[in-house]
Amino acid sequence: MPIHMITMPKWGLSMEQGQVNGWLKATGDKVAKGDEILDVETDKISSGVECAFDGILRRQIAQEGETLPVGALVAVVADAETPDAEIDAGVEAFQRDFVPASAEAGESGPQPEKAQIGGRTVRYLKLGDGGTPALLIHGFGGDLNNWLFNHADLAAHRTVWALDLPGHGESGKAVESGSAQELADAVIAFMDDRGIERAHLIGHSMGSLVAMTVANKGPTRVASLSLISAAGLGKEINGAYINGFTEGSNRNALRPQLAKLFADPALVTRQLVEDIVRYKRLEGVQDALRKIAASAFEGDVQRAGYRDRIAELAPRTLVIWGAQDQIIPASHAQDLPGDVRVHVLEGKGHMVQMEAASEVNRLLNDFLGR
Amino acid sequence: MARKITFSQAINEALSQEMARDETVIVMGEDNAGGAGSPGEQDAWGGVLGVTKGLFHKYPGRVLDTPLSEGGYIGAAVGAAACGMRPVAELMFIDFMGVCFDQIFNQAAKFRYMFGGKAVTPVVIRAMQGAGLRAAAQHSQMLTSLFTHIPGLKVVCPSTPYDAKGLLIQAIRDNDPVIFCEHKLLYSREGDVPEESYAIPFGEANVVREGGDATIVTYGRMVHYATEAAEKLVKDGIEAEVIDLRTTSPLDEETILESAGRTGRVVVVDEANPRCSIATDISALIAQRAFHSLKAPIEMVTAPHTPTPFAGVLEDMYIPSAQQIADAVLKVRG
Repeated sequence: MPIHMITMPKWGLSMEQGQVNGWLKATGDKVAKGDEILDVETDKISSGVECAFDGILRRQIAQEGETLPVGALVAVVADAETPDAEIDAGVEAFQRDFVPASAEAGESGPQPEKAQIGGRTVRYLKLGDGGTPALLIHGFGGDLNNWLFNHADLAAHRTVWALDLPGHGESGKAVESGSAQELADAVIAFMDDRGIERAHLIGHSMGSLVAMTVANKGPTRVASLSLISAAGLGKEINGAYINGFTEGSNRNALRPQLAKLFADPALVTRQLVEDIVRYKRLEGVQDALRKIAASAFEGDVQRAGYRDRIAELAPRTLVIWGAQDQIIPASHAQDLPGDVRVHVLEGKGHMVQMEAASEVNRLLNDFLGR
Repeated sequence: MARKITFSQAINEALSQEMARDETVIVMGEDNAGGAGSPGEQDAWGGVLGVTKGLFHKYPGRVLDTPLSEGGYIGAAVGAAACGMRPVAELMFIDFMGVCFDQIFNQAAKFRYMFGGKAVTPVVIRAMQGAGLRAAAQHSQMLTSLFTHIPGLKVVCPSTPYDAKGLLIQAIRDNDPVIFCEHKLLYSREGDVPEESYAIPFGEANVVREGGDATIVTYGRMVHYATEAAEKLVKDGIEAEVIDLRTTSPLDEETILESAGRTGRVVVVDEANPRCSIATDISALIAQRAFHSLKAPIEMVTAPHTPTPFAGVLEDMYIPSAQQIADAVLKVRG
């Protein structure tokens, strides 16, 4: 059995280094493919690093608290029979040849691009190649970085696009009514512009409502629907969150709101809050968010949805929810009509695709077909 | 993803976007067009270090060269502001403000108050400050505290390109006179800046780094030294919070007091001379309002009470260093 080197992962385009928060497996522990072996914190978020191999954790190279560049050696996995000397030689060779990617080199990888579509700037990121493409649609107040832990993983098997909806990220901020119809039209216009005939739509939160609206408008364009922590499948929504996020303009106001997005509020880092504060300061954002929120929600109630028709909208539908979702209750995943595949992940919150990235990626890849 | 641009490009972009948005915004200063009406005008230098370069041709008639007379053109800018324009006057070195104190202290700062709120003075005065350029005692001072002392003025000291753009846009839109202090050693510093327009509200400090063991309060170029010191201290198991004031007037007292109250250990870092400074002001605030939370005396890291030396080796000693800041944190940690 070969010696497997576990390295510092790269989560999202801007990650250059990660700090080791703690080990979840001890030296000598048996590890299986998919097990999380250590916790890593980036300036954006912390998450578990998964082992891609079966074997024994033979070496913990990274120390707790240590900050290492992307690609640096953190651990070694091999079987019990591999001699220590062979492992030491492998580690030595790796460390000798390892050159951390410079910030410039990191930027030579795929970058988000911008297109002018229907008089509006749309930012998008395309990863992967071939197959029936998938399109990632973020939620209210989010952007394409919400798929930081998912995008590359899903793109190993197909072309995966992610876009910033109107009023969000680095897309144009102007919206007319801000209705789900308008946002869905923007998604269809994006698909037309990029020549995407038919795609698996993967929506998070309000992005799920947008995905269902797209399917309702253009059923032939949708290969399947994957709805994560979805809006549009029930009545309730946390109106205090929507209002707090829309009206909050500084970190003290926004931090408690953002904490509601995760089951573990410690995941909300200074940088995550800062990124949201910066987004909220951009000209036109508050106006757009107010319109979008007013159009979709009224206090604690969602104005419209597709719950009764969910099974008719697309050939196949997957629903994923975090059991501890504080924004839209996970009960909306219960008793859905028709043949809808449902997974509720225990101990996870609204941003389940970040909080339980590996599991969500596995569910999505299984559903879409590898 | 926001692209990386320099601090001076960020200032230029803020000016350009505000000039495009509001035709009452004008730029005036020495060598902004390249020579007062002389044939050299076509050079369009964009000021002594080229910060406003490109605006002269982009906004014809709205980038004005002025004679080498701060008393004259700062007065003109204040007058234009009182009459409905939004002038951004560039006053090369903050050290030269002395010749126009009356225009700033007695006129601009007082109009709103002495005319019963019926007059506003939306003027921005941009000026370079700070040591480190080997420019000697008359071109190296940090005079933030002088302007902070005067009610009616707002005082801004950005530390990053992102803050420079957002704070300058806010400064231009603000109806009060704003002294916008640019540290000359930050001009070439790069950082992520959105292409879109945005304003950073005044009186909102930036928590550059979070930590529970000590609080470092600072502003301007020293923010980077404080962050460097805080990173060093991680090896000693110390997590220091770094607060960038961004604006010294208005002052974000809440953020300072919350952090000081939580850590109980405070270092105030100020590149300026130590007497009657931002450092003493912040220290007094904390001593008065968070005294019972303090676990050690407040430490101040500042330049000495002496003019900036010209000799390079002495100037380097004069400017507070990351090492001095780290040592001060260790001292308050006890």
